Amino acid sequence: MVDTRYSTEFTLYPYNKQAAPSARQPVVIIGAGPIGLVLALDLGQKGTPVLVLDDHEGPGQGSKAICFSKRTLDIAHRLGAAVPMVEKGVVWQVGKVFHGQDKLFEFNLLPEQGHRNPAFINLQQPLFEKYLHDAVVAAQSGRAPIEIRGRNRVTAIADQGAFVTLDVQTPDGPYQLEADYLVACDGARSPSRDMLGLSFDGRVFQDNFLIADVRMKADFPTERWFWFQPPFEGAGQSALLHKQPDDIWRIDLQLGWEIDRAHELDAARIRNRVDAMLSSQTGTIPDYELVWTSIYTFQCRRMQDFRAGRVFFAGDAAHQVSPFGARGANSGLQDAENLAWRLDLVCKGIAAPDLLDHYCTEREFAADENILNSSRATDFMTPKTDVSRQFRDAVLHLAGRHAFARPFVNSGRLSVPCIYDGFAGFGPDALNGPAVTRPGAACPDAPVADGFLLDHLRAGFTLLVLGDGVAEPVTAAGVTAHIVHIPTPTPALAARYLGDYSHAVYLIRPDQHVIARWPDFDANSIANALRATLGQEAAHGADT
Amino acid sequence: MALILDPNIADPDGFYDTLLAAHDGLSAAESADFNARLILILANHIGDRVILTEALLAASD
Ligand SMILES: Cc1cc2nc3c(=O)[nH]c(=O)nc-3n(C[C@H](O)[C@H](O)[C@H](O)COP(=O)(O)OP(=O)(O)OC[C@H]3O[C@@H](n4cnc5c(N)ncnc54)[C@H](O)[C@@H]3O)c2cc1C
Repeated sequence: MVDTRYSTEFTLYPYNKQAAPSARQPVVIIGAGPIGLVLALDLGQKGTPVLVLDDHEGPGQGSKAICFSKRTLDIAHRLGAAVPMVEKGVVWQVGKVFHGQDKLFEFNLLPEQGHRNPAFINLQQPLFEKYLHDAVVAAQSGRAPIEIRGRNRVTAIADQGAFVTLDVQTPDGPYQLEADYLVACDGARSPSRDMLGLSFDGRVFQDNFLIADVRMKADFPTERWFWFQPPFEGAGQSALLHKQPDDIWRIDLQLGWEIDRAHELDAARIRNRVDAMLSSQTGTIPDYELVWTSIYTFQCRRMQDFRAGRVFFAGDAAHQVSPFGARGANSGLQDAENLAWRLDLVCKGIAAPDLLDHYCTEREFAADENILNSSRATDFMTPKTDVSRQFRDAVLHLAGRHAFARPFVNSGRLSVPCIYDGFAGFGPDALNGPAVTRPGAACPDAPVADGFLLDHLRAGFTLLVLGDGVAEPVTAAGVTAHIVHIPTPTPALAARYLGDYSHAVYLIRPDQHVIARWPDFDANSIANALRATLGQEAAHGADT
Repeated sequence: MALILDPNIADPDGFYDTLLAAHDGLSAAESADFNARLILILANHIGDRVILTEALLAASD
């Protein structure tokens, strides 16, 4: 009735027969991948009931994503899921880039101190999803209204105008559901997109990459090693070596376009390539076990519009990027946190549904930024013409000799959160403060006396008051911005939020993006900024 | 500052000579690689994106 499309690594949400027909749901999410789980957690913790349908019972076997960014960990931390991720994950921040035998240079991702979370961790995607699910279970026991139904496959979607109907297939037969809002987090092949006849256009890159995750004891350092024109046989045009937990190493080799996939997936053939790569590093072939192999091709594309009536698209369903830069899951999580607080306020009747449109404008812009970055990386790694190859090789040649050429070398620009510069609902920037915390930016973390700043930016809208100053909560457009006052900022906090000032007031969204900032508390201006964020006209006087 | 399109090199014949001499003995492919390196080195020296854009336009005119 619900066939298995892939085998799962863990069983997290086993199928349960529905006893009674379901009432109309405020929010239904299709897909319990990383994006669906984060959205469900965020909504459920805010108190908006959410139902997740997935046609499997847990994450698929084998790891697609391995690199999870600081912003992802910050989001997961807010939702109570990050501690085991960081504990289990391999923390890394140094990358080395080689051209043939020669090391061109190395980079350090986060030389800056004073963040709870590291720049990146490597963690197998199934484990990442498991920790998210653990947080769902913990939230459920704290009465967060989250339900996940495994082996529930959505087979049809119809937008009825005032609500959406879904046909769901289960091992016990089909049933129907109604939802006020539907969010499709059903992955790059999104059946929802097809059901609604929506297109998904972009660029296909003509290249095949072989992934071999191998388990071995090796004392390579915990760094990202990337080779252009690797000196070992059978590695193709580029190679990557990166550590995961449990003594597993990811090897990623660029094989080119004209290959016979079945032939290349032959275990003996893969072992020959891996032998050549590892022995070039260690002199001998270490003992290792092939844990997971696959060949992937990739595309950079997005949906024209992330919303179709009452249906929203998030994560890979909405946009797809090449893996170089780790912008897939990491950017999808930013979709989830962007949509969660909006849906929450709309479902509670606090904000008008127009608020949801800004999800699209902001995240479509972010998707374009991610696609641009990952397309550029791909163009550098896979030159399409003679002249692009000449420039690429010129860059690699010069990068080993001169610092100026190193910034051109592109083996992926690693995921950072998008800054919503100039979008509606942000501003004013009345503080001539540091650029990293300008309106539109995701709040960078910083140490405070009792831990870290982001721990204080959890519930709803926040007025962050730094240094001396009096302030009181401001209510406008149905929401209240609560005060977090830090009278004596640490030097790192001051550097990131104050610059030359001794005091400042920041208005911050539930997704920890800066709305506006001022040198001093100004209730009217704050109320107007809140209204603008919630899509309302400015008014005079705060309606406290 | 705008892109300089008036004569700006003291000894034009001498420079031209040196430029060609740098390609002596190079195959077409090697010359192409050399030119690519040279362009990158010069572009970095200029640095200014406005000037570089003007230069790209002037070259394709
Ligand atoms: C080789 C590779 C390496 C990558 N590396 C990274 C990386 O290092 N960092 C990073 O951030 N990203 C990386 N990515 C991207 C990352 O894996 C994806 O962006 C991420 O999985 C997207 O999550 P999602 O929740 O949108 O979709 P998915 O993970 O695809 O989840 C979709 C879910 O929807 C379910 N579903 C589908 N159809 C239905 C239906 N009809 N009814 C019910 N349920 C349904 C599926 O079973 C699945 O559980 C990589 C990808 C690849 C291929």
